[in-house]
Amino acid sequence: MKRTQYLLMLNLLLVTSLIQAQDDLMSLLDEKTEDPIQFIEATFKGSRLINGHTIQTRKQRELEFLISHRFGRINSGAYELFGLDASNIRLGLEYGLTSYLTVGVGRSSFDKTLDSFLKFRPLRQSKGVKSMPISLVYFTSIAYRTLRDQDGFEDIQSQLSYTHQVLIARKFSAGLSLQLMPTLVHRNKVEEINGENDQFALGIGGRVKLTQRVSLNAEYYYRYDAPDNENLFNSIAIGFDIETGGHVFQLHFTNSRTMIERGFITQTTGDFFGGDVHFGFNVSRVF
Amino acid sequence: MKHVFTIVFLLALIISVDAQDKYITKNGYVKFFSSAPLEDIEAENNKVQSIVDLAANEVVISIPIQSFEFDKSLMKEHFNENYLESEKFPKATFKGKYDAGKQLTAKDIGTYTVAASGELTIHGITRPLLTKVTLSITESGVRAKTKFDIRIADFDIEIPRIVFKNIAEVVEVTADMQYAKLDAQ
Repeated sequence: MKRTQYLLMLNLLLVTSLIQAQDDLMSLLDEKTEDPIQFIEATFKGSRLINGHTIQTRKQRELEFLISHRFGRINSGAYELFGLDASNIRLGLEYGLTSYLTVGVGRSSFDKTLDSFLKFRPLRQSKGVKSMPISLVYFTSIAYRTLRDQDGFEDIQSQLSYTHQVLIARKFSAGLSLQLMPTLVHRNKVEEINGENDQFALGIGGRVKLTQRVSLNAEYYYRYDAPDNENLFNSIAIGFDIETGGHVFQLHFTNSRTMIERGFITQTTGDFFGGDVHFGFNVSRVF
Repeated sequence: MKHVFTIVFLLALIISVDAQDKYITKNGYVKFFSSAPLEDIEAENNKVQSIVDLAANEVVISIPIQSFEFDKSLMKEHFNENYLESEKFPKATFKGKYDAGKQLTAKDIGTYTVAASGELTIHGITRPLLTKVTLSITESGVRAKTKFDIRIADFDIEIPRIVFKNIAEVVEVTADMQYAKLDAQ
């Protein structure tokens, strides 16, 4: 009796060990190797969240052509075809010197402004051997208004403005990414009354993926010590990213008319909740 | 009681013996090639991990998806983000056995064509795979080479109609792995 029990036990042991053999080999492999560092790709689809930048830099030797458009206010009525008669446009080119350093230039029709920027990414979110919870990018830009015949803005100095920004983002899951954007905009000479040269702001934004290729984005810039000017507002934007192959289409609604920091942070003149909303889009093509 | 000790001893012996016939690689090579009307896409991976167990005629392979390198980095992003969903499914794996017609050991120096069969898991989907493998046993280690086709649709990888002419339905996979003795690691 005892003997049959042992035999039974032996049988069981052998059978289970045979079944488990391949799984054991797999766990042995896991034990002997470590996961290579895994960088988190595509925290956002595009280099822009809506108006402002995301932590996405261009890959090395990649060139991006970006066309951004903001129409007039939707509440301007049927006579203005709900804003479509008026438009602001920015054309931009951006290039990845390396995967962590992108340079770009652009030209906005609003105030006929030229801008150039540099985007440097010292930290990249990753998991595996080396784990990093966030991506961090330093963004700096200079903008030059070339608008002529402006009283008090005859010299070049007065037409220049600068932006410094730290972008901190985390992709929490495939479907959710959030970003914080502490920002300083410095204008050498301020156009509006009561305006300060330096404007600090904190931006917050993110995206929720609706499908594999469509996401819902939102972005808000809160200005600290905002000037006492009832015509100026914090920038709000909400929109969709639609990705098709090498293109990213962004369609959005915002109370800002311009597509560079000095403009949408310090000079947003639309009251979003009063209906002063502009329809707009960004189209990006990567070469 | 005596029997139990004998059994345990024998089992322990079996386990310790076959450990010496295990070979490992941490930088195996896997390439895939897709040929479609509009473009050919090729990606290479040099970080494939695998163990082959000559005593048990078994092999396991683990392929980190993010380590596939493409000509264009945007392709790599789309591959990871849209097609293979590498954050959800970071690895492709193969678990299987092979049949060489006879029991191979480390002493059987030479090149053999063996039939491997097992389960291939990509994108969280497991499918059976049968392929011929060229297995070379040398004094210093083992080398395995194989080539087979997989159907993208079998693994629930959705190709949108807009890029249908860019990505082939059937992808050719080539693997070449040089193993070293596990003990030496």
